Amino acid sequence: MNMRADTTNAPILSVRNISKQFGGIRAVNGVSFDVRKGEILGLIGPNGSGKSTLFNCILGQLKPTEGHCEINGRSTDGVRPADLSLMGVGRTFQQLSVFPKMSVLDNVILAGQEHQGSMLSRLLGKPDAGLTEKAEQLIEFFRLTPYRDTPAGSLSYGQQKLVDAAMAFMAGPGIVLLDEPAGGVNLTMLGHLKERLITYNREHGTTFVVIEHNMEFVMSLCTRIIVLAQGEIIAEGTPDEIRSNQMVIDAYLGG
Amino acid sequence: MTRYQPILIALGIAALLFAPIGQGNYIIYTLCSWLLFSIAAMGLNLTLGYAGQVSLAQAGFMGIGAYITALMTLNGIHWSVAALISILSSFAVGLLLGYPALRVQHHFLAFVTLAFNTLLFLVLRNEEEITGGSFGLVGMERPTFFGISTDSNLAFYYFSLVCFLLAAAAMWWILRSPWGRAFKALRENPIRAESLGLKIRRQTLLAFAIGSAFGGLAGALQTPLVQFIEPSSFALIHSLKLLLMVVVGGSGFFFGPMLGAAVVILLPEMLRFTEGYYLIIYSALVIVLMVYSPNGLIGLGQKLAEKIKPRQEARRDLKEGVQL
Repeated sequence: MNMRADTTNAPILSVRNISKQFGGIRAVNGVSFDVRKGEILGLIGPNGSGKSTLFNCILGQLKPTEGHCEINGRSTDGVRPADLSLMGVGRTFQQLSVFPKMSVLDNVILAGQEHQGSMLSRLLGKPDAGLTEKAEQLIEFFRLTPYRDTPAGSLSYGQQKLVDAAMAFMAGPGIVLLDEPAGGVNLTMLGHLKERLITYNREHGTTFVVIEHNMEFVMSLCTRIIVLAQGEIIAEGTPDEIRSNQMVIDAYLGG
Repeated sequence: MTRYQPILIALGIAALLFAPIGQGNYIIYTLCSWLLFSIAAMGLNLTLGYAGQVSLAQAGFMGIGAYITALMTLNGIHWSVAALISILSSFAVGLLLGYPALRVQHHFLAFVTLAFNTLLFLVLRNEEEITGGSFGLVGMERPTFFGISTDSNLAFYYFSLVCFLLAAAAMWWILRSPWGRAFKALRENPIRAESLGLKIRRQTLLAFAIGSAFGGLAGALQTPLVQFIEPSSFALIHSLKLLLMVVVGGSGFFFGPMLGAAVVILLPEMLRFTEGYYLIIYSALVIVLMVYSPNGLIGLGQKLAEKIKPRQEARRDLKEGVQL
């Protein structure tokens, strides 16, 4: 079950010397790393360590003060979120982010439809853009089939997290950035989510970058972990290396 | 679509076919008026109810359609050509106005469209040589199709009904297409929608322009219905009235604008016996409705239906056991 996709040496995401300054505060300070295709990279660090700022810089939501990011060799500078999605970058949000009044099926179809054909063909073509089958497969994958026609807003918190993940995968992205996927999810659901993410990574070779506070979740999900503190990388390695790294224990894990 | 919907729609169309039979000219005229305002309100519902943008220029777009149709038909061009040009022009003006205005969105868009409606009113009033100024334009004939004249009020009603049904079918098509899903997504969670590849600005602009085009069609029908147009028929107050129709009926519901238009047009007629108190009663009713049911009459209907027969939601997670 714990097998992951084979990783290649070609970086799918390159973060190059990113710094972000807010007034007098330097939230991220010269961070560089590569994420290889097929990897599940965890990004951890205490509150205020710059994880979210870095995430937003990668996703083009914030403009870095210095440095830049490349996804598949293309700079993400000034790229709007919609175009980033069309470049094959999926993401989930820290807060619940489904379309509450739309059915689960419609939520998932929506996540794929903008990647099909032109605007005109979407107006004139089939109502589901030919995506019902694919969406149903993904709903089945996350074991949400009984809720196919239920408004997403009436599902439990954990189930909505699964819908959010299904949406992030619908367009078949090369890389998915998950922002605290375990936050607020109960233990049973968490195990389920982790197992599904690992299976998806193995079957599709999709790369994940995960920001997370839940250590158990990160350690068992990720193949490599980067630890941030005060805007800088203090450690990088496999889950086992991170667990035994003294700097990390001091800064974050605690004695 | 549920099982009953096709039957209900067929019944509705049958009612519309029989509605004017045996009625006097005034009622038929009011019904025509309802049909064309429904078209304009349907368009505004797309902008407001689905794409979530407040436009105060819908009457202005009706004005563009009405004046273009009037000027063209007065020069001997057939109504169908004039109407098509009216629709396309309203769409184009919608795009031009929306492109800069939608950068600001929401209540700023409301101000920009308000200014546009006022500007259009001034142009229509002051460009006397073309628009006839305050005196307006008269003498536009009702169209003839394949030798069949729509001159009588009854014939014109059926002609308006055909236009209304075509417009409703077009709107239904848009809303059931992936565009409809995109509009709903924009309204519910624009940030998430954008992260899924939805180009918000382009989609909203198109919603606004298509909504404007519906206004253009309504205007193109108003010209042969009234056979007299003047600038004040398209002033800001009428845009507010259209907004009221959408909101009272239920914005974001397909049948909301039709219901809202019926209420806004028919209620004053029904309250006529109260004479001077009509506006007070009318506004009080609207305030009560908005407080009790912000989703308008359709929302109110849904609320009542749920009270009478609450939907049972089974705990399906229990049925699923510990799988989830």
